[in-house]
Amino acid sequence: MNIVILVWSYLKSKPLNTVLNIVLLALGITVITVLLLFNKQLEEKITSNAKGIDLVVGAKGSPLQLILCNIFHIDFPTGNINLKEAELIAKNRLIKKAIPLALGDSYQAYRIIGTNKEYAELYQAELSQGDWWSKDMEVTLGANVADALKFSVGDKFESTHGLTQGGHAHEDQKFIVKGIFKSSNSVLDNLILTNVESIWHVHEEHGEGEAPDSIRQQDTTFIPSKLIPTHPAGDSTKEITSLLIHYRSPMAAIQLPRFINGKSSMQAASPAFETARLFSILGVGVNILMSFAYVLIFISALSIFIALYNSLKERRYDLAVMRSMGASRSKLFITVLAEGSTLTCIGSLVGLVLAHGILIVLAGVVEETRKAGISGVIFYREEWIILAGSLFLGILCALLPAIQAYRTDISKVLAGN
Amino acid sequence: MVNISNLSFSYTPLQTLSFPSLSLRKGEHCLLLGESGSGKTTLLHLLGGLLRGYSGNLQLNNTELRSLSESELDKFRGRNIGFIFQKNHLISALSVEKNIWMAPYLAGIPIDHNSTHEVLKELGLVEKLSSEVTEISQGQAQRVAIARAVVNHPAVILADEPTSALDDKNCERVINLLLDVATRHNSTLVIATHDQRLKNKIDKHISL
Repeated sequence: MNIVILVWSYLKSKPLNTVLNIVLLALGITVITVLLLFNKQLEEKITSNAKGIDLVVGAKGSPLQLILCNIFHIDFPTGNINLKEAELIAKNRLIKKAIPLALGDSYQAYRIIGTNKEYAELYQAELSQGDWWSKDMEVTLGANVADALKFSVGDKFESTHGLTQGGHAHEDQKFIVKGIFKSSNSVLDNLILTNVESIWHVHEEHGEGEAPDSIRQQDTTFIPSKLIPTHPAGDSTKEITSLLIHYRSPMAAIQLPRFINGKSSMQAASPAFETARLFSILGVGVNILMSFAYVLIFISALSIFIALYNSLKERRYDLAVMRSMGASRSKLFITVLAEGSTLTCIGSLVGLVLAHGILIVLAGVVEETRKAGISGVIFYREEWIILAGSLFLGILCALLPAIQAYRTDISKVLAGN
Repeated sequence: MVNISNLSFSYTPLQTLSFPSLSLRKGEHCLLLGESGSGKTTLLHLLGGLLRGYSGNLQLNNTELRSLSESELDKFRGRNIGFIFQKNHLISALSVEKNIWMAPYLAGIPIDHNSTHEVLKELGLVEKLSSEVTEISQGQAQRVAIARAVVNHPAVILADEPTSALDDKNCERVINLLLDVATRHNSTLVIATHDQRLKNKIDKHISL
């Protein structure tokens, strides 16, 4: 016999009440935990995906769209920018690194990105199979892509025009898989990387193709483009989608965006600023859900309080008899507190398990969740705070009934029969 | 074992109950007789340390109860006194066995499963060990209450109207059981009652 058996027996003797209280609290905790896990992971993904990118330069349009498209690869491009103009920007002394991106094709909704090695290095990409792309029409796949499409080195595929499934297929030019990256837990996992020329190549009218690489480089007057070294500089007929920029000095943050937005036909958007804006927009929805969860938790707390308060009325004799058997006031006080906090602890544990379960199922069923890299088997320190908070909530709910138990006048109760 | 002299108690300043002197040896039994409102229950609660703030002398097991603090009194009560009430007041959330275990648990005595089993055997409750107390008969419930009162081998067993609601046959059975158990555990049995049927069972009577 101990306090655990005693408390458990009391909870078991009113199964419906106990289950109701646990379910109410668990639902509230589930909503809070799902939001916590989702928000935290999203925030982490966003910061890690935008790491090393201070500015995105692209065609004029929505700055948020520019960021969503070129960093997270979820929205559509705002348009294209001229390679010559992009080169001018890239030459700026305030810029340490400028990485070109050329979008436009996809395979099975996985985007094919024309870029250079520096882009993959932003995410510390490492190869798990094969090699980096080197020639035109060679690609290296992100881990998720290879996994989902069951591709291995040497496989060939035709891309489709556009960034969604069902576009017009580029039938004549086949991409060949040269290598596969290890999972980097970033947006890279969902991308197919190649060089910029390959993207140009599949979009060229047949027969009008440029001379092959070998001829280009033999040209004696060849000045390589800063962005695409195999291509001559100053070509105003070629276009890319955007430029990812890493600043050389903090001064650039003040001068560059103003310069680009004011003096060129392009726009510059800061990932940090735009993601903060995105979060403040999302925040409204999150806050509504959060308030709903707090209402649920408040109702469950009230329900636990009422249940304890009522059951203590029925248990007046139990309490008095326990005192007659030698229980001290404080023992009864602690027993009632333990009953309340056991309820809330079970409730919040059930809630936490449920929340992780929901995310595990979501990650398994909904592709977008998996693509965003949201996982259910990740634990945060905040969950301990939720547990501790519910323990405190239980004590709070049980406090008044416990004081009542503490004050029971045994002689009066026992003589009252 | 029990020593009372000049004992009085006041619920309100105007209303004072005085009690006759009483002295009981270990194992000696006694009836507290009187009509309703005569103070039987009050005296019983004073003896059991459920009521404090008396004047006069009240010693149990050579301890003046007034000298104990509230928590010391709780402990003293758990170890030295067993209560039996008119209603059984078993804890309905617990099984028969756990109801009995409550006595040593609450008194802070380690639970001796052998001696608990022994007591249950004496009272013919072994088959009902794991039954819920809501499932057993009234007679069995009363035996569980008695088992709970004696399982800690108390020096004194205090019973408040244990037989008043029973018919003659059951009254006879319960009083015999109580006397039997008290004698076996060498406990002093004090019964507060207005039940005249008990008069010839116990020699020592105190009338209030």
